[in-house]
Amino acid sequence: MTRYVFATLCAGFLTLSSLLTGCGRNRTMVTMAGSTAFQPFAEKLAEEFMMNRADVSVTVQGGGSAVGIQSALSGAAQIGMADLVNLPPEAAALSKTVVARDGIAVVVNPVNPATNLTMEQIRAIFNGTAANWKEFGGPDKPIVVVSREAGSGTRSSFEQIVKDIKLTGNAIIQDSNGTIRETVANDASAIGYLSHGLLNEKIKALTVGGESCTTAAVLANRYPLVRPVYLLTRGAPQGAAKDVIDFMTSAQGQKMIQDSGLLPAK
Amino acid sequence: MKFNSEKIVHYTLLVMAFSAIASLALIAVFMLKEGLPFILKYGLGKFLLGSTWEPQSGLYGIFPMIVASIWVTLGAMLIGAPLGVAGAVFLNEFAPRPAMRIIKPTIELLAGIPSVVFGFLGVMVLAPFIRVHAGGPGLCLLAAAIILGIMVLPTIISISSDAIGAVPNSYREGALALGATRWQSTYMVVLKAARSGIIASIILAMGRAVGETMAVIMVAGNAVKIPHSALDSVRTLTANIALEMGYATGMHRHALFATGVVLFVIIMILNSIASAAMRRKIGKS
Amino acid sequence: MRIPPKITQAIAVTLLGACTALTLAVLVYIIVSVLDQGLPVVNWDFLFTKPRDMGRAGGILPTLVGTVLLPLLALLIALPLGVGTAIYLTEYTRESKATRFIRFGADCLAGVPSIIFGLFGFIFFVVMLGMGWSLLAGGLTLAIMILPTLIRTSEEAIRAVPNAYREVSFSLGATRWETVLKVVLPNALPGIVTGIMLSIGRCIGETAAVIFTAGSSLHMPLSAMDSVRTMSVHFYILAREGISQENAYGTAAVLIISVLTVNLTAYWMMNRFIAQRNK
Repeated sequence: MTRYVFATLCAGFLTLSSLLTGCGRNRTMVTMAGSTAFQPFAEKLAEEFMMNRADVSVTVQGGGSAVGIQSALSGAAQIGMADLVNLPPEAAALSKTVVARDGIAVVVNPVNPATNLTMEQIRAIFNGTAANWKEFGGPDKPIVVVSREAGSGTRSSFEQIVKDIKLTGNAIIQDSNGTIRETVANDASAIGYLSHGLLNEKIKALTVGGESCTTAAVLANRYPLVRPVYLLTRGAPQGAAKDVIDFMTSAQGQKMIQDSGLLPAK
Repeated sequence: MKFNSEKIVHYTLLVMAFSAIASLALIAVFMLKEGLPFILKYGLGKFLLGSTWEPQSGLYGIFPMIVASIWVTLGAMLIGAPLGVAGAVFLNEFAPRPAMRIIKPTIELLAGIPSVVFGFLGVMVLAPFIRVHAGGPGLCLLAAAIILGIMVLPTIISISSDAIGAVPNSYREGALALGATRWQSTYMVVLKAARSGIIASIILAMGRAVGETMAVIMVAGNAVKIPHSALDSVRTLTANIALEMGYATGMHRHALFATGVVLFVIIMILNSIASAAMRRKIGKS
Repeated sequence: MRIPPKITQAIAVTLLGACTALTLAVLVYIIVSVLDQGLPVVNWDFLFTKPRDMGRAGGILPTLVGTVLLPLLALLIALPLGVGTAIYLTEYTRESKATRFIRFGADCLAGVPSIIFGLFGFIFFVVMLGMGWSLLAGGLTLAIMILPTLIRTSEEAIRAVPNAYREVSFSLGATRWETVLKVVLPNALPGIVTGIMLSIGRCIGETAAVIFTAGSSLHMPLSAMDSVRTMSVHFYILAREGISQENAYGTAAVLIISVLTVNLTAYWMMNRFIAQRNK
């Protein structure tokens, strides 16, 4: 029995030590870090990019837009990904390229009779001044406001576009697009916002000022809630990082972005 | 020869113990280094008793979150500890042996389920249930306490079960020989003997409950306000750290680490109370 | 009016049984929910191919590898340290303020939120020591995270071994180390294994600390300096970004089955070991 265990431990040790030294790799490493919303798209584009360029290895990490900015500044990542409408002051030192755009949809539960809201109404709801669904043609039930956390790119963009929002103290805060979708899908009185690429039959998107959150409306600048996704580099992009960015902003890359559910940069 | 190898072993173990303790101390130092300067600058009283948390305006009061953390942890332990210890007692003393051999690893399985899964199940199943049957948004203190209570069950059951199992059979036989029923022998003899292990399990579980982040964020609602009922949405200290750390810079970031220090102190207080209670009980008997 | 002991026993056992049944019911419910949503997606392809299309298609192979390697590395580091510390504290020193302080410290550190471990790991291992997002950084961070649990459970297990065993061993002329190795540890094994199982569970279920240190790369790890993604992190990303609910639950289903298998195997091995010793 002890021999068994001993042998397994030795095998494990050998595997690990061979891992530690690793096989020789002569590839350029490019690390991208930042926006968790854009991370999956970046991974998909990186996959495609690496198929044509065996000499470059692209790794995509998450962490959020702020981590993206900090990693780009500190050099931990060559490319930072951030999806904020207005980048914070420390990002001024970074060179930015718009790689995609994302529509923000305002969503409610499918049983909710509401179908359209104006910007003022949205402002009132999220400020807490309008607190009952009967003001909007719904049942006599308090509105459950669901929002993202303060550091979220989606939330900053949402609040900056709608303007003058001081989120009501009663708002439920969730920390990801998927959880907001689940929350709204499971609560008839909830209202929230999320990336339009996540819309599905479990929730209902409202039209904002008469415009619905579709690719056509965004591209024509008719739908107001749109935010850009930036790729940030320290200084102008160079070398392998530049090749990656060029690929993502090329026609092929942009088509892949659109097919995957985001909006192209232009 | 034997003397030398004993010394080698002794010193190797000493070095191991030292490195382990050093790495744990490293974490403590790290937290203090990042958080203490903020506390000294902002003022401990304002920090702990302030009710407004608004980093943009420079207000860092964490009182509502302290209250939330304490209530959520207490709730979780009220659910988890009795269920856990009861389960451990039943499995060891009154259930057939083969049952235990399958059930124990299965319960430990719960420990390996990612907290995100618990969180999602909470959002999809527990919160609507609470909303329909009790009211409120559903994403509330009660939901967090229930989910946490379930999450600490494996720790309590496993470790308590080991403690109970380690009590020598002679203890049980002695009690039975004196005419006690099996329940009496369990309650009066075995549990007392296993007490140290059971308390250790509860302390470890309590620590785990206070520090749990992911599942709590998803079901507690995260509104920054002092809860007036179990159906209110609350934000715990850990949720606050996790929600804001991603983008906090400067003083805000240090305030979040300071929150971590406060958490650490709360755990220390809870642990001391538990250890003191145990020591007093031993003193009495 | 005194209630006869037999009736107290009946009531007590029923209550205990009810509690156990409730616990098991919850457990079964959780497992069934996950398997119900996840198993339909799991097939050979799912297990042995790499993710494609952001995780909407393809499989989870790199995450399987990551989920195996990361806890393994963490255990390889933390187990000797943890058990060694426990042995030292119980067998080689007397109960004193220092040992109580260490025990207290370990208990408290068990409660530090995983996000702080993650941040510590990020700042210390990833940035300061220059490891980058890697298996090594993740393994070291997780090792520190599970250390308190391992120390405490090993310590309780060792202390539970009756002194009589040790005395008999000494009276036969064994040294302290020989006693520990051949008498104390084998008898403390069940408790130590519990600590290991709980720690493995913690490592596998951990997301925040792993993301900050081991990263979330979808590449196959070829060295300890590569970033890995574990199945928990994969579920985390798929579910929270709303990419694919089915694949997320598929990952969770594979996770649950793996953990269950590991647990059952470990217990089977341990029981055989004990049975052989008691022959």
